[in-house]
Amino acid sequence: MQASSVFRESLVTGGKTVHDVSHDISCQVENKPSRLWWMAFGISLVLLTWGAYCCWMMLWHGIGMWGLNKTVGWAWDITNFVWWVGIGHAGTLISAILLLFRQRWRMSINRAAEAMTIFAVICALSFPGFHMGRLWLGFYWALPLPNAFGSLWVNFNSPLLWDVFAISTYFSVSLLFWYMGLIPDFAVIRDRAVRMGHMTRARIYNALSFGWDGAAKTWMRYESVALILAGLSTPLVLSVHTIVSFDFATSVIPGWHTTIFPPYFVAGAIFSGFAMVLTLLLVTRKVFKLEDYITIYHVELMNIIIIVTGSIVGVAYITELFIAWYGQVPAESYAFYNRVMGPYWWAYASMMTCNVISPQLFWIKKIRTNLMATFVLSIIVNIGMWFERFVIIVTSLHRDYLPSSWTMFHPTMYDIGQYTFTFGIFFTAFFLFAKFFPVINMAEVKSIVKSTSEKKSSTAH
Amino acid sequence: MGTTKKTYWKGLEQLKHDPAYIKNADKEFVNLGAEEDPGHSRRDFLKMMGFSVAAVSLAACEAPVRKAIPYVNKPVDVDPGIPNYYASTYINGGDYCSIVVKTREGRPIKIEGNALSSVSKGGTSAQVEASVLSLYDNYRLRGVKIGDKSETWENLDKEVIAKLGEIAGKGGQIRIVSNTILSPSTLATIDKFKAKYPTTQHIQYDQVSSYGMMKANEASFGTAFIPSYDFSKASVIVSFGADFLGTWLAPIEFARQFATTRKIDEEHREMSRHYQFEANLSLTGANADYRTMIRPSQSGLAVAQLYNLIAAKAGKGLVGGGLEGVANLDKAAEDLWANRGRSLVVSRSNNPSVQILINGINDMLGNYGTTILPNLPVNYRKGNDEQMAAFIADAEAGKIDGVIFYNCNPVYDHPMGEKLGAALKNMTLTVATNYTEDETGSSVTYKAPDHHYLESWNDAEPKKNMYSLSQPAITPIFKSRQAQESFMVWAGETNVDYFNVVKENWRNWFFNKDSKGMDFQSWWDKCLYDGVYELNIDTTIPAFRGDVAAAASALASRYKADNKGMELVVYESFGVGNGSQANNPLLQELPDPITKVVWDHPISISQRDATALGFTNDGESFTQIGALTVAGKTVNVPVLIQPGQMPGTIGLSIGYGRTKVGKVAENLGINAYPFLSVSDGTVSFSSFEGVTLAKTETTFQLAQTQTHQTYMGRENVIQESVLSEFQKDPAAGRELPKITKWDEKVDPSTLSLWKGHDYKSHHWGMAIDLNSCTGCGACIVACNVENNVAIVGKDEVIRRREMHWMRIDRYYSSDGKPGDYDAMEKASENPEVVFQPMLCQHCNNAPCETVCPVAATTHSTEGLNQMTYNRCIGTRYCANNCPYKVRRFNWFKYHDNQQFYAQNPAMNTDLGRMVLNPEVTVRSRGVMEKCSFCVQRIQSGKLAAKREKRPMKDGEVVTACQAACMTGAIMFGDMNDPNSAITKYLKITPDEKRPYGIDKKIGNPRAYRVLEEIGVKPNIFYLTKIRNKEASRGEA
Repeated sequence: MQASSVFRESLVTGGKTVHDVSHDISCQVENKPSRLWWMAFGISLVLLTWGAYCCWMMLWHGIGMWGLNKTVGWAWDITNFVWWVGIGHAGTLISAILLLFRQRWRMSINRAAEAMTIFAVICALSFPGFHMGRLWLGFYWALPLPNAFGSLWVNFNSPLLWDVFAISTYFSVSLLFWYMGLIPDFAVIRDRAVRMGHMTRARIYNALSFGWDGAAKTWMRYESVALILAGLSTPLVLSVHTIVSFDFATSVIPGWHTTIFPPYFVAGAIFSGFAMVLTLLLVTRKVFKLEDYITIYHVELMNIIIIVTGSIVGVAYITELFIAWYGQVPAESYAFYNRVMGPYWWAYASMMTCNVISPQLFWIKKIRTNLMATFVLSIIVNIGMWFERFVIIVTSLHRDYLPSSWTMFHPTMYDIGQYTFTFGIFFTAFFLFAKFFPVINMAEVKSIVKSTSEKKSSTAH
Repeated sequence: MGTTKKTYWKGLEQLKHDPAYIKNADKEFVNLGAEEDPGHSRRDFLKMMGFSVAAVSLAACEAPVRKAIPYVNKPVDVDPGIPNYYASTYINGGDYCSIVVKTREGRPIKIEGNALSSVSKGGTSAQVEASVLSLYDNYRLRGVKIGDKSETWENLDKEVIAKLGEIAGKGGQIRIVSNTILSPSTLATIDKFKAKYPTTQHIQYDQVSSYGMMKANEASFGTAFIPSYDFSKASVIVSFGADFLGTWLAPIEFARQFATTRKIDEEHREMSRHYQFEANLSLTGANADYRTMIRPSQSGLAVAQLYNLIAAKAGKGLVGGGLEGVANLDKAAEDLWANRGRSLVVSRSNNPSVQILINGINDMLGNYGTTILPNLPVNYRKGNDEQMAAFIADAEAGKIDGVIFYNCNPVYDHPMGEKLGAALKNMTLTVATNYTEDETGSSVTYKAPDHHYLESWNDAEPKKNMYSLSQPAITPIFKSRQAQESFMVWAGETNVDYFNVVKENWRNWFFNKDSKGMDFQSWWDKCLYDGVYELNIDTTIPAFRGDVAAAASALASRYKADNKGMELVVYESFGVGNGSQANNPLLQELPDPITKVVWDHPISISQRDATALGFTNDGESFTQIGALTVAGKTVNVPVLIQPGQMPGTIGLSIGYGRTKVGKVAENLGINAYPFLSVSDGTVSFSSFEGVTLAKTETTFQLAQTQTHQTYMGRENVIQESVLSEFQKDPAAGRELPKITKWDEKVDPSTLSLWKGHDYKSHHWGMAIDLNSCTGCGACIVACNVENNVAIVGKDEVIRRREMHWMRIDRYYSSDGKPGDYDAMEKASENPEVVFQPMLCQHCNNAPCETVCPVAATTHSTEGLNQMTYNRCIGTRYCANNCPYKVRRFNWFKYHDNQQFYAQNPAMNTDLGRMVLNPEVTVRSRGVMEKCSFCVQRIQSGKLAAKREKRPMKDGEVVTACQAACMTGAIMFGDMNDPNSAITKYLKITPDEKRPYGIDKKIGNPRAYRVLEEIGVKPNIFYLTKIRNKEASRGEA
């Protein structure tokens, strides 16, 4: 596959050869981890340990360790759940939809983005698990398993059950897709290990690559499977967050009960997912010196997607407000008045600033091609998207129909700890991935470098 | 077949006729000689190791041992699993209620009203309902104590008798101190004691004294008494600070009577009108049609003014000192005069002069004999403030040698209690029969604990000629002894069995006069079965001859028209009452009906004063501690800004600040009794001088179950109107929501995604009349006891996690304009109040049912929304999706958990657990719970009908809240039964197209469902609140 065009800039800079690609990426796996890696990994482990302690305390004593109350039955737990699921979406979008649209710039970033998806979904899944009052029963009672409880079956009317199906499907397809892509790259590391005489490593990566032989027929099968999985994943990008949004949209609570939620949630998910991919890649790029593979061009393209999805989200917010006024349903009017002007106005203001106003800065080319600005804004967007879920969940619940039950929600140390726990999982897993797995899809990237294996005397352009 | 000749032998021994064989031939197992020790084989080692490992691991995860000991000899009338009911009487000082005690396997678990009593008429109050848990109070004395040492009754009796003899020998003074005693047999017993020790004087006092009223009646009618009142005959009621629905005299009676005048429908469009003049917003004030805020220093003058207004109409002489310009007073006078003989004026004042004027007003209005019954005096308050004050003065002066406190706690609950406590140290003999070591109990030497009333025999005469019996519902739990028996032992009596004493008294007093042709045993059994015995009522009405002019001029010394300083009003706490039941968590966690505060008693001040003094309250119940100084005594109390509080006044309740009380109430609040003052020989509940309040910098968080004040103008929640509108249109105040379709607006009940249910047998429903609900909260306690609802304590309530299945929402009116949400959140200065009992609405299209992933909450075939605790995994989605927010989650394990030991003894101590209702599961951690419509009662009603092979009768199933409701505001029944009370009340007609469907036609124009427009179709109907006013608020 040749992809050189006189009109387009090359997606990989630095005049990399095919060998360079293999070397640059595999050496991260082969070399001893850097001090920076150890530090980052250490911090992740600290987060994980602290989080695990909070998690244990909550499991031992009860959900009451969190700040929830009789009126606000969900707060940080489901906020974090939706947030993590949303983050996962970018990976799937990049690997599936952009593959189908033959967007080659995705090739340098899809591996890390997919890994992020897998870890984010694991983090997300932990919340519906831990938020259950009786996790020890709920983890399997929520599945439609044949059982000895008589005719007991799950309730197919419940959006929470739909979530179970949606997320588990999403997780398995994403995992499969990600692993599939890793197979040829594992084989590269294996081959290099054989050459370097590291037989243990060779054996491990041989097993991981399922004995990949690199034959033309194998490649052909590989490509077809990739295409099939991409086809399978594509509807998932839309369906998962649509179903997550049904948790709210099908309820009777004003502020939740809105038909706009499915597209609004999907756009928000992609928005936050791209921001998270940017955050991670900008760090990875620096730590592993991958500037030639993840270029400013990639960053800029992703920033453009952030403008588009951020604006969709902004329109959704304004539409909600408009409909709350236009619909003349008193409960709904009040719910939105309360969001904007009530005691949680600061959450709404943070959401608006971070999600609607700040991404508009990317209209300015200087900003969207500036790495530092992008990094900062990507974090701001993720904060904003966390607040969006918090606003939807908590400000709708805390003042619903009967004013007698109105309350406030205050997080406790254990709410924060539970969130920290998932950060611990996420970063620990991500740094392990970055150390032991090739962070860039070598096989695909090789298809977009100049097709010679000889080094040129001067760098391109 | 021929017989075989063959012989089979078992072995050579048989063949050889071995003697050892012949000896054992008839035994099944032949003794093989002495047992050998085979030694420990490898196989044994493995067996033992296997056993040990299994035993250790089993022991490690062993479930706690629960002892269930069966009866060796089953008592004849106790069947395991079947409750027994005993008629008895709740007596706590002068508070009384005829009750029926439900026991299971010999343990009282629930109290309900005795409908046979013509005094309490089947009503109960929160305190009566809760008293069953006081029986299992862990703080109760386990037995006799002398000083701090546990002793035997024999030794105590020996020492007490010796000391009594010693005092009697030198002619020393002995006192028996008690609260009001309702029991004639107890009084007879005390008389026996007095006969033995003639220097004994019996002193009765009341924590909340009505002595002023008795003195006034003595001056007006010649005898000191308190009359019965009949609010049911009053079309116009004027109350000066008397909280007759909450705490004044006999709220159980009054609330029921009052409610009968508030029940209206299409056919009966008349109701009473109620004026309240008060400083604190009381429960009664909250139910008033017209409420005027007035300083207590002016209240006496306002009474004089009302006297003059009425006297002017009656053509009688005026008195001096009337206060002009009290809002609504002229209007009240007009209404009173127009309803002569059908009106009632009451006052809470303990000042005899005020009460004489009140008597004078009622006399001019001709209310004696109709709404006030001096011919039927009540015995609830017989305390004599002067005698009690004299006793304490004598005690201080060292003139008293011996004192016996009979179930009273004056060291805590008398204004001069501290002095009394100090004086007790110098007495020769101090005895208390209190069943806990309370403030008085711990200050005396001899602790001779009485039984709890549920363990005792007793009788009571709440009103003249109306008697009620007490019988034990459980054998005494501890080594306590009936106090009356103690008195008799100490008096040297030989026949000390109090049961026989009561029985003999009743034989002499009643049976011998009128046996109704029965033998004594049958007569006695009937009395015991009914629990009450009533004689004819005297009908002579004494004539009023009080000196109103003198009374009016006496007012001037106490009341002032223009007091500028702060004034303090001390009132009885609604929940814990006078403090005697403070250690009862059911009462501590019962929200105050007005402030919704639990586990504490803040002082209430008006917004105006708060602004001036710098106090602020936020939506999270954060406030500041105020330093309250009264006559030189300063206490630090949290401050609550209370709508309806008269500016310039401070409200503070008694009942808190107990120091020797047990784990539940220890260190809660401050003791307000020392703030009461004695003036003109009576205890006064307000102070006009030397009252200051200053802000301190300490912040404090109160525990409130409701923090939002108003209903934000939401007519889908509260629908109310005024009587004049109702008379024109019984549907006045109804808000009929419409849903907009693309072409038209339709009734929301006509649109549904669901097919609905068909209830072929029963369709349970409830109707709640907002007009007769007074907001008292007896239903909450009844529900807690019936359904084993966990008490969670102050900290958890602050985290907004109370577990109550039933709550009373209290909303204030607001002056905010519709749409101005910030202004609508603020209550008016003197708001109208509405109470709305809120419980699971048992929606026919229940939003909780659709969202549960595991189908733990489902719909029954009888319209109940049922919760399967075993199946619940605790996602809380149902609670989030409940529009009424009535679902409660078990955030922690509330039972068998040290963390909740102090707050929730009913689930954490062996003693407390005896109160649990065995028919209702104690819920585990992590599951959701909510009102079940007392499904256990429905089930037992159905089973009883099935056993008798008949259809269920209406009224056979009564929910706990319904049974506790003294005003009959809650009605429960089968909406499929065309003859049931609820069907008739709501005028239900079935849908012809679908007779068993959920869309029944409700014909009562007042009936509405809360949040009708969201289409969840609850099975609970509310009836509009109608106020007897000329115009609704905002129009006036």
